[in-house]
Amino acid sequence: MHVIDMNTQILHANEQVAEENKSFFKKHGIFTANLMSAPGAGKTTLLEQTINKIKDRFKVAVIEGDLQTNIDADRIKALGVPSHQIVTGTVCHLDARMVHNVLHDFDLHGINLLFIENVGNLVCPAEFNLGEDIKVMVFSAVEGAEKPKKYPIMFHEANVVVINKIDLVPYSGVSLEELERNVKEVNPNVTIFPVSCRTGEGIDAWIEWLLDKIKK
Amino acid sequence: MHELSIAQNIISACEAEAAKHNSKSITKIVLRIGEFTGVVKEALDFAFDISKQNTTAAEADIEYEIIPLRTHCKSCNETFSDTKEFNFYCPKCGGVLEIKSGRELEIKYIDIN
Repeated sequence: MHVIDMNTQILHANEQVAEENKSFFKKHGIFTANLMSAPGAGKTTLLEQTINKIKDRFKVAVIEGDLQTNIDADRIKALGVPSHQIVTGTVCHLDARMVHNVLHDFDLHGINLLFIENVGNLVCPAEFNLGEDIKVMVFSAVEGAEKPKKYPIMFHEANVVVINKIDLVPYSGVSLEELERNVKEVNPNVTIFPVSCRTGEGIDAWIEWLLDKIKK
Repeated sequence: MHELSIAQNIISACEAEAAKHNSKSITKIVLRIGEFTGVVKEALDFAFDISKQNTTAAEADIEYEIIPLRTHCKSCNETFSDTKEFNFYCPKCGGVLEIKSGRELEIKYIDIN
């Protein structure tokens, strides 16, 4: 019996494919955003709102990840934007390989903005890079002000946190101030946008931030 | 349950390494897992038991070195080993803390026959 030192990253294989994806996106001039949240926080609705406001200026495409159904991809297609559904079956997150596989049969020619909507899950997607330029976290205010402390990693990894459903805050007993403070403590560098995808409040500020990131 | 993906990643990396040394049996796998990762030891144990079946790691024990979350303040140069409630503002000067350790997901070594 003998010992073999490995000192290997467990997710090395995923990181390698993520790097390949990143090079592909860069070569084709595609800015890529990975959207993560718990189920039902409003990722798809935020995408609908965002796409409607920018689709005359950008060639947008969307990769959707869900355990089951094509519902989300169909919602995006209804906006006249190409979308591709990844059905993961039982897998609770997207990984770089799943995205890589899509790139073979999803025509991204002429696309300059790609959204990848991850599987709804507050834990697992945070550990898997996909080769994206930015990580966007969507959090619905009514999930509770303490969640950034209970599920810190995704908040910590995000470049931006869009706090959705602020129209419901008066009915929920959640303190938006406490929620924002907890997000900032877990990730002092993060940018926060309180929005309501239902009323449209705050959406323009988020879009302005996104467009600024794309320019850079 | 992303521990299943992680367990599969561990086993395929270890099997590849063991094969390089012409080994058909991995007896131990030692991991370095950071405190500030989304990996739960109990869930990984369970995922590992499922994933190792019919592999060269079928008989392998898994051991963990848990790496604490340690942070460093760039503003006042202080190091902290007890980042309370995942607050990444420096308790001394209010600067932003950067992570020095605690995000590890690594295979340290394996024992093979």
